[in-house]
Order: sequence, then structure tokens, then C-alpha cells
Amino acid sequence: MTAKEIFERVNELCPGAATDLDEECLDPFFKVNAASLKEVCLALRDDGALKFSVLSDLTAVDLPTENVIQIVYHLFSYEPQQQIVIKADVDRDASRIATVEGVWKVANWFEREVFDLFGVVFEGHSDLRRILLPEDWVGYPLRKDFVEQEEYDGISTEREPLVPENMR
Amino acid sequence: MSEDAAGTGLHTEDMTLNVGPQHPSTHGVLRFVVKTDGEVINEAIPDVGYLHRSIEKIGEKCTWHGYVPYTDRADYLAAMFANQGFCMAAERLGDVEVPPRGEYCRVIACELNRVASHLIAVGTFGQDIGAITPFLHALRERESINDLMEEICGARLTYNYLRIGGVGYDIKPETCARITAFLDHFEPIVDEYNRLLSYNKIFIERLANVAVISKEDALQYNLVGPNLRASGVQWDIRRDIPYSVYPELDFEVPVGRGERGTLGDSYDRYYVRIRELMESCKILRQCLDKMPDGPAVAKVARKFKPPAGETYVRIEAPRGDMGYYVVSDGSEYPYRVRIRTGSFTAMSIIDKISPGIMVADLIALIASLDVDAPEIDR
Repeated sequence: MTAKEIFERVNELCPGAATDLDEECLDPFFKVNAASLKEVCLALRDDGALKFSVLSDLTAVDLPTENVIQIVYHLFSYEPQQQIVIKADVDRDASRIATVEGVWKVANWFEREVFDLFGVVFEGHSDLRRILLPEDWVGYPLRKDFVEQEEYDGISTEREPLVPENMR
Repeated sequence: MSEDAAGTGLHTEDMTLNVGPQHPSTHGVLRFVVKTDGEVINEAIPDVGYLHRSIEKIGEKCTWHGYVPYTDRADYLAAMFANQGFCMAAERLGDVEVPPRGEYCRVIACELNRVASHLIAVGTFGQDIGAITPFLHALRERESINDLMEEICGARLTYNYLRIGGVGYDIKPETCARITAFLDHFEPIVDEYNRLLSYNKIFIERLANVAVISKEDALQYNLVGPNLRASGVQWDIRRDIPYSVYPELDFEVPVGRGERGTLGDSYDRYYVRIRELMESCKILRQCLDKMPDGPAVAKVARKFKPPAGETYVRIEAPRGDMGYYVVSDGSEYPYRVRIRTGSFTAMSIIDKISPGIMVADLIALIASLDVDAPEIDR
């Protein structure tokens, strides 16, 4: 199926949920309104023509100019072989979105990673803890406005340059 | 506390056990909190992140060319693939075409790297479950590959060989001859591994029917690469979403057959890798035969600035589908680099598979998934 057909099929199953189809870019995508995300994901997984049985990747991109964090879902189907990208925008200041853990189990860890690095809260997630960073880390490093801490647990995050400035 | 299965009315006490982070079988720095009832695991909770080096964040601070050496560190056992994923993403965004010789050099380097990586997987597998000798046999051959790699690109582990637009150095004819000599030597050695490990009764009994992963679970948890194929899904990005020169090459995609037990057990995951060693040799021979003349790298601006856009590129790394999601805003620096690795998702399934298996089988499960700590944590 082409991206347009997938988009139309999703809108048929969940009216009005999918918007802003972009077919011109390298990997065609459409946006999903955050409120109906779970419904759309279930439709994408279970519909006989779509059958997106695999969540290849779930990640986020911080877009401070639009004041949103964009959650990006890369979906894949082995049989028939097809792929699609869906995106959902969440507000940067109150970043909350429904979990899709119940749709694809792998989302559990992917969502923990996005929570860890972007501070997006996935509502209904069974185990939302930091995964890569220590529990007591302050801030969300992949946000564009992240300011690095000067030290962590007494260890400085700066170091003297290996080559002195005047010798470079 | 749990009820005694024999119905004697006696209770057993649950024990919490800490495995790792420094443990020989954890392939890097991994930790499990294991709750056991005697020898049987009730729950194994993986704790990752010890090797997090913020490679994705570094990507936003480097120029496009400058980031390539960092990608090596994403998976140091298969650095060539991490290079290739990023370079392909950058090329796709910037519409750069790699000259044919460059593509062949890439595939040769990558397949050599795949053999090296699978040798580690197979060797440490033996070691983890108590057979030290095969590890030494595997590492011996891997050393020869490291020497070849040194000849190709000057490095033995973190290669930084690929460039956006091709490769850093052309592969010389004498190196090609040496690779052929290595293949002539190596192919019969795979039989040696089979005699030592694959057909060894103890080894088989230790792995057959252990930690079976069904096809449904494999899809739900997005297992990729050899782990997915061992569960019976014949899927290989090199064949099914072809990239580089793979469409011109002829090779098989080994898939689990449950030949010693159940489809998707630890033995299948092991044996798929052994068969992939042979397929890689086949690919290498074809590449050496077909290698065209010409430049090995395209002319790419030093200040590489791909137009704004985004792409998701998949490649078949030794640990499966490695995905690079790269966003460009048209500047000298990538706006966002996301590396999706096979080990990360393979690690998340351990939670699901481990209840009910023995502690010693947990080690076999970790080894059979071939998880690699730097690749999980990035």
C-alpha cells in the first residue's frame, strides 16, 4: 500500500484521527492527533490490509520553535512488506501522551528511553523509570535547551583541554 | 514465598540475586536483579545504562563528517556497520551517490566485520556455558580479520573507515589476495567449530529447548537479525530491502529450523549464526571477483550541508536491523541522530522469557541473544 492508501484507510477506521500526510519527503509520514493515538495504533496493527505487526522504532525530536516534542513511530510490516511513519505532537511544557505498550510490547523500553532523555510522560505505562541515565540525574539531555550540570556526584563534567590553547 | 510443588506443605523462600554489572557472561557491563526460587527464576529484571556515552547527543554537536568516528563506538564489535548506517543516512539526505568501487569496498569491510562479530558471539557463547576452548579457536581467527582490517583502514576495532560518499582508503589488490587466502583458510575451520561445539552432545543438551522465543513474541518485542530468523521469520534486510550492492550478490538467508529441539530455542539462535558465517564468506568471494575499477569515494563538500529533511535507514548489522533516524535542518550539524540497535530490543525480551528457566539457562539466553552492552546503552 502507498502512504496515501494507508492514510486513507486509517481515516476510514478512525475518522479524523490522521492529518497532514506528507508523501513528498524521503520517508512518507502523517500526523496523528495525540488523543486518538492508541486507537490509531490498534487499527494499524490489527486491520487486515495494514497489519503493522512491528514497531521498528519509537523516538522523539525536540522542536522548541514550535514548542512541541514530536514523538515519531516507525512502523513496519513483514507480510505484506510495507512501512509508514506516524508522528504525534506533545506540548513541551506539559508533555504527556498515551502509551502504546499495550499494542507493541517493545514500546515499553522505547518509551522509557524517551521519558529518560526527553521527559515525556507516557500515561498508563507499567514501569516508567529512567533507563539509561542514573535515577538522580537532573534534566532531560536530548531537549535542545538542556544545560549540562557542572558536576555529577562530585565528578566534574569539564576537563582541562589535552592540548593547551596556545599550542593548537 | 511459594508453594512447594510436591505438596509436602513446606514453603521455599524467594531469593534476590544480583548478577553483574561486572560478570564474565554479561558481555560488557550489564546487571540483572534476579528473583529465584531455588534454581528457578521467577523474575529477571535487566538494568542497563552503565555504558551510556550519549552518542546521540554528541551527534547534535558534531559536523556531519566529524560524527562518523563517534558512530564506531555505538557498537565496537561491529563498528563498520555503525559507520555505514550513518553514512547511508547522510548520503540519502544529501543525495550523494557512492561510486561502485566504494560500495564494494564497504561490503567487503562489512562482511569481514560480520564474520569477526559472529566469531565473538559463537566463541563467548561456548565460554558462557562452560567451554573455554572454542573461544580461543574463535578469537584466533578473529585476530586474522583484525590484521586484515588494519591493512584496509589502519585500525583494529574502531575503524572509522567509511566516509560520507564512499570509503577512506581503497582496498589494494594485495589485500584482496590476502582476504582470499584468509577465506581459503577459514572456510574449513567452520567445520572445526561444528565438531567442537555445534555437534557436541553436551552443548546441544544445554541449549535445545531452552528459552524458546515464539514468532509472535519475536515480533511483539521487535527482535531483529539472527534472533528473529531463529524464530522462523526468514527476513534479511540485505535481501528484502536491498541496499548497497547486495542485489547483485547471491546468498542464502539462514533461518531457524528447530533441528535439535523447538523452533526458536537457544540452539537455533546459535546455529543461525554459524550458518551466516558461511554466507558471509560466500558474499566476500563474490565481491572480490566482481570488484570494479574506479574511484572509491565520491566528491563531497567538506562543509557538507544536506537539505532539511529526515530519513530512517535500515542496515543488516550482525545484531540485526540497525536503524539510523537522522534529521537535518540544513545546517552543518545534524539536528537529531537516533540509533536504533538490535541489542536494545533483544534485551527487553529477557524480562518476558526468563520466568521459569534455571539460573544457568539465563546465561545461555543472554549469550544466545548476542546482546552487546555498548550497543544497548549507546
